[in-house]
Amino acid sequence: MKGKSLVSITDYSKDDILRVLSAAKEFEKNPNQQILQGKVVATLFFEPSTRTRLSFETAANRLGARVIGFSDAATSSTSKGETLKDTIKMVSNYADVIVMRHHIEGAARYASEVTDVPIINAGDGANQHPTQTMLDLFTIQQTQGRLNDINITMVGDLKYGRTVHSLIMAMSHFSPTFNFVAPIELAMPEKYKLFCKENKIPFQDLKELSQDVIGNTDILYMTRVQKERFSDLMEYERVKNVYTLCASMLENTRPNMKVLHPLPRVGEIANDVDDTPQAYYFQQAKNGMYARQAVICDALGLI
Amino acid sequence: MTIDNKELKVAALKEGTVIDHIPSDKLFKVIAILNLKNTHSQITFGYNLDSAKLGKKAIIKISEKFLEQTEVNKVALIAPHAKINIIRDYKVVEKMALNYPQEVVGVVKCLNPKCITNNEPMKTKFRQLHPSAETYVCHYCEKTVDVEDIVVL
Repeated sequence: MKGKSLVSITDYSKDDILRVLSAAKEFEKNPNQQILQGKVVATLFFEPSTRTRLSFETAANRLGARVIGFSDAATSSTSKGETLKDTIKMVSNYADVIVMRHHIEGAARYASEVTDVPIINAGDGANQHPTQTMLDLFTIQQTQGRLNDINITMVGDLKYGRTVHSLIMAMSHFSPTFNFVAPIELAMPEKYKLFCKENKIPFQDLKELSQDVIGNTDILYMTRVQKERFSDLMEYERVKNVYTLCASMLENTRPNMKVLHPLPRVGEIANDVDDTPQAYYFQQAKNGMYARQAVICDALGLI
Repeated sequence: MTIDNKELKVAALKEGTVIDHIPSDKLFKVIAILNLKNTHSQITFGYNLDSAKLGKKAIIKISEKFLEQTEVNKVALIAPHAKINIIRDYKVVEKMALNYPQEVVGVVKCLNPKCITNNEPMKTKFRQLHPSAETYVCHYCEKTVDVEDIVVL
């Protein structure tokens, strides 16, 4: 099977998602396999992201691949004014698969058009970060035992948060129900609500994270409310506290309910939540490695 | 339909394409989107002509050039109600319908300054959100733009 790029989560069909998740499950059982021996994985981080880069590089290393690349555009020819096309063309001469992160939106899509080497998008500005979505799906499947008919409550910055947008697109294959909890300034954009309507996905827009909502939730997906999104800082101070999750709010949840967060968090999940059985964000981050192992193998046509 | 009984503000065309009922303020955008400045054909423009429907309208007559459907569709992005007629021997032989193009390459500017198309020497590419939608999606940064906000490169 021919390998393929993963630029946006919508590049994956439902079958692609299920195939990659099933491979990720195998890697969870046995993360150290030599299936990428002799392969070279390039990690081009035009924008620094230590967390994502380490996750990809560990994923590649544990499968026996060699890793080349850079962790900051300042150390590449980009700083000399080289075009993205030329950088990608050059690296394509060396690598079997390219993992790239760029602050410019659409950079990964363009890269995938100038080379035959598969591109894995590790984040392009505020646009897409599909491996985050794959690890979110993996975590949902792992904690709920299924992907179908899950009630997902998304909290925080639903306007700019790319992880929640991609999660909606990916979950649309699995008949979910959504609760969107956000202040007006950061409410879910119409575009995604329209998408839900067109796909007959039930959702509700809420201003508050009530006990009632939490009690009917399977997955509580928290996101960071960023200060720089607000023109009115008093509004930020108010909103920040309204959407803080603490342990006392988790007393009457469903037994299967888990709290997820793409991390890093700043204050939207209180430290006392870490010790509750619902806290799952650190395991979620660990799942990133299995999901990325599966995505790399899929890009190379190995699964 | 013949045009011989009307007082003509712009000379009649023997062979070619007439783009009529362009809102006056859209004339120069239509010229740009059809890349007419690089055409060798004779072209006559009418600008601020009286129009019962539009108030002021513009008209373009391109001699010896017959626009293709893909070119014509680009006009829809700027002047969706324009009328395009193919003229042979002073007679309208074909009226072309304007449909929004499914895809436009190298014509529309992406309004997102952080889009790769504004940061790399390359062509832009937009696709219609869905058939009949008046919204386009940038193929690269995936931001949408409504037809009325479109900026032509």
